[in-house]
Amino acid sequence: MYLSEQNRKGWRLLGVPFLFAIFLLAVPIVTMTALSFWTQDYLTLIKTITFENYKQAWFQPVFQTLFARSLIISLTVTFFTILFAFPIAYYISFYGGKRKALWLFLITIPFWTSYLLRMFLWKVILGYNGVLNSFFDWLGVITEPLTFLLYNTNAVILALVHGWAPFAILPIFVSLEKIDRSLLEASNDLGDNSFNQFFRIILPLSMPGVIGAVLIIFIPCIGDYITPKLVGGPEGLMIANMIQVQFSKANNAPLAAALSVTSLLIVGIIAMAFVFFNRKYLRNY
Amino acid sequence: MIKKNSINNEKIVDLISIVKSFDHVKAVNNVSLGINEGEFFSLLGPSGCGKTTLLRVIAGFEKPENGNVFINGTNVNSVAPNNRPTNMVFQNYAIFPHLNVSENVGYGLRNTNLSKDQILKKIDGALKLVGLKGYNKRASSALSGGQRQRVALARALILKPRVLLLDEPLSALDKNLREQMQFELRQLQKSVGITFILVTHDQTEALTMSDRVGVMFNGKVDQVATPEQIYNKPETKMVAAFIGSMNFFETKCLEKSSKTVTVFHKDLGNVKLLKNNIFGVESTKLTIGIRPENLKIISDNLKIQSKSFTAKIVEKSFMGDTMLYSIKLNQSENNNTYNISISDIKNSPNPNIGDKISVTFEEADVVAYYEE
Repeated sequence: MYLSEQNRKGWRLLGVPFLFAIFLLAVPIVTMTALSFWTQDYLTLIKTITFENYKQAWFQPVFQTLFARSLIISLTVTFFTILFAFPIAYYISFYGGKRKALWLFLITIPFWTSYLLRMFLWKVILGYNGVLNSFFDWLGVITEPLTFLLYNTNAVILALVHGWAPFAILPIFVSLEKIDRSLLEASNDLGDNSFNQFFRIILPLSMPGVIGAVLIIFIPCIGDYITPKLVGGPEGLMIANMIQVQFSKANNAPLAAALSVTSLLIVGIIAMAFVFFNRKYLRNY
Repeated sequence: MIKKNSINNEKIVDLISIVKSFDHVKAVNNVSLGINEGEFFSLLGPSGCGKTTLLRVIAGFEKPENGNVFINGTNVNSVAPNNRPTNMVFQNYAIFPHLNVSENVGYGLRNTNLSKDQILKKIDGALKLVGLKGYNKRASSALSGGQRQRVALARALILKPRVLLLDEPLSALDKNLREQMQFELRQLQKSVGITFILVTHDQTEALTMSDRVGVMFNGKVDQVATPEQIYNKPETKMVAAFIGSMNFFETKCLEKSSKTVTVFHKDLGNVKLLKNNIFGVESTKLTIGIRPENLKIISDNLKIQSKSFTAKIVEKSFMGDTMLYSIKLNQSENNNTYNISISDIKNSPNPNIGDKISVTFEEADVVAYYEE
């Protein structure tokens, strides 16, 4: 087959990312999907196709509970992260003046330490003898340490919202920066007060950033493993913890694979539906 | 729309001693200016002269640190832009990209308590007015430059403002479209009867469209007058140099009488100036100005009727409807060149580069400025 120089150059350029995509994305997913249709007897894989794993994954109450909890936690985290991130991004974009770069820099500072350390920090803050309890004790508003702060769903949500905030602030900031300020003057000139202006101009035009932030946070959150493990307690465990248990302690990799594929599907469907219903905001102006 | 064709002398906008600075530079320096109800007023000046700032002060986007803004007799210093009876057409038109033509044009009406049907009717009316009938559902990203400008106009006019502010609305359009829009804007202003205040750096635009023009330099308004007055009797040297082109000659004052001042120039000789044509604070030095079209080349056989001087042609360019000559004077040591523009090419002598010519002018056409 004859290839022009340009064609060969094109294939060479495509080659590396293509191989990367095949071996690091497609192969693992295909392997995992294949695994989910098999069964495991102690250490041997039985490669006859069965839907038994999916039956368990979808219909056993414990898995249903964990899926539902993961979904709710993830949605709640996404909601609150955006809710807190938007005003911060808004402030930096509209009132940051010459210090915008400094503000953005400050926001990235927590990333200088590892995620694990940051999550441990929440244990220090929320724990039995933690910062908050000591502070309340010092104030004299409590007689014995509060125990509902740590090791539950709320702690997981709090820790995740904190951990993911910059991932929401940055895309929202970028889309706010892109808004032509003369549009705001125009809306003001046409009779809008600040409230109307926010909902008619600023919010719709910053939606690409908000949608991006939602996806960036929602998708990894549902599969988060370390946060519930550290601050979740038994009540805050999520589906990823169960997948880990199935893979290791329970020696049931096929069920773990089925659970993984299921959570992948859930995330995929919700994310696509979300983008679909917001597609009007994603036009290129 | 309000039908009002005659200009009455009520001031719809009255600016009193407006001062506005940015980083200690006075963009607008103590400007007082009155704009009449129903007139087409242009603020003309080079970029950075403060004309846009002044417009934004009227709109309410800039708060002056000194002075008062009256609109329709009310002091609006502390009134926000959304509550002022003014609307603006922005330089880049500021069309809302996420809204279609109808939604853009009807944007301001959503802040009124009109019903949906009334709003739709008004949108249709406004689109018809600017020549965009049937464009209702068009996406704003699918509009051309001229169409965007029409949408911006319709969006502002639909609210029936007392004053429409236009910030260099034509500068982004190509030459043909710009000339067409100049004409249309003028027609539109006459038909709706709303006061238009236009900011522009294009003198032709200001002169052809306006009832009155205010010429600004360095944050100050140098002259406010009709286009004819601005052109024929520019009151400061800067206005004279900015509007059209002007030949300046430095002269010394010889003699003053009640109606005239006689000055002397090495080449031009004694020139008798009308006092009406002299501006500035009296002194002994004057700069006189003669427009290139007021200088005429004398053919050899013609008798000299009025003032004349001799010069040498150094450059000659054919501009289509006019012939432009660059000349040097004989006596003056400096290397200045002066311009003559001849519009009646056929009936004028046609000298070549290097030729010596005699040039004549009418003393009544000469304007003059006292120098400090």
